[in-house]
Amino acid sequence: MPMSFAAEQLLSILPEITILISAALVLMADLFSDQGASPGSVSPNRPAQAARPVRGLSHGLTLLGLVIALGLTGFVGGGTPQILFDGHLIQDAMTDLLRAAILIIGILAFVYVRPWLEERGLLIGEFYALGLLALLGMLVMVSANSFLALYLGLELQALALYALVAFERDSARGAEAAMKYFVLGALGSGLLLYGISMLYGATGSITFGPVAAALSAQETNEVLVFGLAFVVIGIGFKFGAVPFHMWVPDVYEGAPTPALLILGSAPKIAALAFAVRILVEALPSLHPDWQGMLLILSVLSMGLGNLVAIAQSNIKRMLGYSTISHVGFILLGLLAGSRQGYAAAMFYAIVYAVMAAGAFGILLILSRQGLDAERLEDLKGLNDRDAWYAAMMGLMMFSMAGVPPTVGFMAKLLVLEAVIRIDLVWLAVVAVFFSIIGAFYYLRVVKFIYFDPPAPDAPPLAGSAGVRAAITLNALAVLALGIYPAALLSLCQAAF
Amino acid sequence: MIALSDYLILGGLLFVIAVAGILLNRKNLILILICIELMLLAVNMNFIAFSHFLGDMTGQVFVFFILTVAAAESAIGLAILVVLFRTRRTINVEDLDALKG
Repeated sequence: MPMSFAAEQLLSILPEITILISAALVLMADLFSDQGASPGSVSPNRPAQAARPVRGLSHGLTLLGLVIALGLTGFVGGGTPQILFDGHLIQDAMTDLLRAAILIIGILAFVYVRPWLEERGLLIGEFYALGLLALLGMLVMVSANSFLALYLGLELQALALYALVAFERDSARGAEAAMKYFVLGALGSGLLLYGISMLYGATGSITFGPVAAALSAQETNEVLVFGLAFVVIGIGFKFGAVPFHMWVPDVYEGAPTPALLILGSAPKIAALAFAVRILVEALPSLHPDWQGMLLILSVLSMGLGNLVAIAQSNIKRMLGYSTISHVGFILLGLLAGSRQGYAAAMFYAIVYAVMAAGAFGILLILSRQGLDAERLEDLKGLNDRDAWYAAMMGLMMFSMAGVPPTVGFMAKLLVLEAVIRIDLVWLAVVAVFFSIIGAFYYLRVVKFIYFDPPAPDAPPLAGSAGVRAAITLNALAVLALGIYPAALLSLCQAAF
Repeated sequence: MIALSDYLILGGLLFVIAVAGILLNRKNLILILICIELMLLAVNMNFIAFSHFLGDMTGQVFVFFILTVAAAESAIGLAILVVLFRTRRTINVEDLDALKG
């Protein structure tokens, strides 16, 4: 392996560098901006501090950094795929697309969270710094070309997210959710690493190209399949696929909604990149082995996710189970093992992240001081309180249920088409069956919004003009992508 | 001469003990944190054994990264533990039952 360091390679990771600098600047700015406040304390008698303009500095810096990173992604993107830093990073069409998707969803998420944080006096630099570092971890994951880079990106994302879940310090449920997330996340990383160590032992390399080359030269043996099983379990943990989903409902229910917004949207894209890099780029010759494993995960996820979601009265927990079922669909595209299937899975993951960001964004608007909107009843009569937000939430729910002409329908259709192409028609039938069951609980939310009267004591909705514009953009994107899916789809297809 | 398989069996045993400790332990959260460390160390044992027998330095470099991440992970874990204790006054695993359904 040639050991060389060329400064021009730094150009390709300019978006990552920008995010890192923004995170550092946010921490510095926060240090100097407010000497008197104790960060993180939720004390109702000091709401004035939250409203001070200097507090908005970290918000502005964060958004500025994300926008610059997005511009730089476009600037350094394109061209032929290049392998950087001794094979540890790669920049190809997939990197460019997923980087842009993660950054756009990051921008939406940070716009949505501001009113919630302001109202609770939690508009603090730590939230923004941790959020940015989580995004940085995801960006590293999508451009990783070795197990080492992938693992470091994964841990950077995970460690930041553990802390984000616990950032509302006085919330006992938040702390419990963070603890469960931490223990199961660390267990998942450990299993993944054990698998990686086996693959390293069998192939003698940790960069994906040489691993794939070494594997195609040798017969499949027990060590490889053993290592592969652990790696797939690790992927299952990170995706939250059944039977490794134990953390998902608890974290979704217990985490503060802003943390959930960051945790529930973009990381799905990163998890997809993670699975594609390992399974498709490093272990393509083991496809018959991992296809079966993903098949089991996928069917169990779609089944359990959709069935248990029906029984939930807490909308955050319901969306947690809904995530599990969507993960089943994403895995469906991956296990097809065709370029069409991979593109469909990538399309699905991006679309799911957009839908989830919108849905959690609306939950944030519905929350009020001291009380998060988390019971299904909190959505009752949303149409009478604000018809526009009601329409947007309805659109998100239709899209998650997969009703045409929203993009959720296109995403499901593409995945099913890929599965049918490899002659697994029974699997497609199972998937359709479960998504019909799933439509029930999404449409129940729509029923609450439009056909039930609001609670008499319902307070006015939070949110600002910026949030309204962002939600509108988000929901209309769901509709527009559903009517004209060709642009995003061709980008996804170009990645493989 | 100690063979590669001996190291792998030791690593595997440590790993199984760690995973069992995480899954079976019903009493103390600190033990879970220790088991997470043990799990990562078992993986390190594997990496070093492979690295030595393959004559390839990459595995040992990987181990240094894992050690660093493990340190950061314990820091975050202990921080969450402190937050949990402040709000709950307990670190008993069985008491973590506010979230279910």
